[in-house]
Amino acid sequence: MNLDQQWAREWVRLAAAVLSEHRLELVSLDREIGDGDHGENMDRGFSAVTGKLSQLPGEASASDIFKLVGMTLISTVGGAAGPLYGTAFIRAATATAGAQTVDSDGLVSLLTAARDGVVARGKAEVGDKTMVDAWTPAVDAAAAAAQDGSDPAAVLAAAAQAAEAGALATEPLVAHKGRASYLGERAVGHRDPGAQSSALLLRAAADAAAGA
Amino acid sequence: MSASVGLVFVSHSDKVAAGLVEIARQMAPSVAMAAAGGTDDQAVGTSFQKVGDAIRAVNSGSGVVILCDLGSAILTAETAIELLDPPGHEVHIVDAPLVEGAVAAAVAAETGAPVAEVIAAAQSANRSAPDDAKDPPAAAGGYRRIVTLTNRDGLHARPAAEFVKLAATFGVPVTVNQVDAKSLLGIMSLGLVSGATVEIASDESGGAAAVDALADLVESGFGEK
Repeated sequence: MNLDQQWAREWVRLAAAVLSEHRLELVSLDREIGDGDHGENMDRGFSAVTGKLSQLPGEASASDIFKLVGMTLISTVGGAAGPLYGTAFIRAATATAGAQTVDSDGLVSLLTAARDGVVARGKAEVGDKTMVDAWTPAVDAAAAAAQDGSDPAAVLAAAAQAAEAGALATEPLVAHKGRASYLGERAVGHRDPGAQSSALLLRAAADAAAGA
Repeated sequence: MSASVGLVFVSHSDKVAAGLVEIARQMAPSVAMAAAGGTDDQAVGTSFQKVGDAIRAVNSGSGVVILCDLGSAILTAETAIELLDPPGHEVHIVDAPLVEGAVAAAVAAETGAPVAEVIAAAQSANRSAPDDAKDPPAAAGGYRRIVTLTNRDGLHARPAAEFVKLAATFGVPVTVNQVDAKSLLGIMSLGLVSGATVEIASDESGGAAAVDALADLVESGFGEK
């Protein structure tokens, strides 16, 4: 079944809930190798998004929703995560502009545009121990699933699973971007908080589609 | 003369950003400068809204130069530029040491320099030593004067800024002990204190007026004595 604006709304609702639930986990990951504010920042950003989304008319498209999410995150999430996630959602809004529903190929375009936004903004590559280490495997897995004829829910499930594996795989890495890059070898053994929050976000997208 | 280039300082701390305006303002009283420090609720971080407001506030059509502190300040500034409403501002982020770059950019903007020269001035702060001094130009002919610094602070801070501003009003290349007379940081890094001997020179025909004006300024003691 193709995904519509109901799915986009549900994704945001679940993302806000899961980020609130995992706030302390993200704070603790960020304390190890960053400045310790990632959990608070993401929770604050998505709380603000939830408030604004309730004022958006019910007929607002997925693209409208993503744009609102992006602009709100940029304005309310302190630190690098605001511009990074904000740019991701704004690029996703552009990728879905004018579409009533999103099919499997449309989802791949959406995820690719979001990932490309993160890369353009942060200039990180795979292996730099950043959120890109969750996003790029997710995009690749989504593309492979769509190629095999999977429906949108299955495409998102594949993306979420790959993002989780990608986040886990940041643990042995030395960081080359972001605050953790100042730590050198001391970052080894710690999971990147941005990759972890990316995995949580993509899992929320998959759960929203599974329930649709 | 058209309006000067505007400057925006983006820092994780509102105090740092405001302090930069304070320091730079001393040498560039008429340049439009804005601080964009801290988050919207004055916590440590950067604000998309503050950066956007700052750009709009200082842009008078001659362009805006932004200096940033740590990584996410650059991400916020880049995002603010990309989504600026209304669009169409000429905005550049310069990678330069914050304090030295801010002062150098402000002094260049004060002279009415175009945006490319303001950027170059800020970037010149990336050099720890004045490279120009190691490579003296072949002086054939030209005009030079040797004067002694009599003022208390020598060629530092405010006097140096005054000197650079005057040098920029002449269209000819002039050097101070072989360093470009228009480079604030180049001159300041010569470390010329009170009592030092200074050679002001121009190899260009027509450079004499500029050399005389600058030598007279040095001999005047910059009004501080």
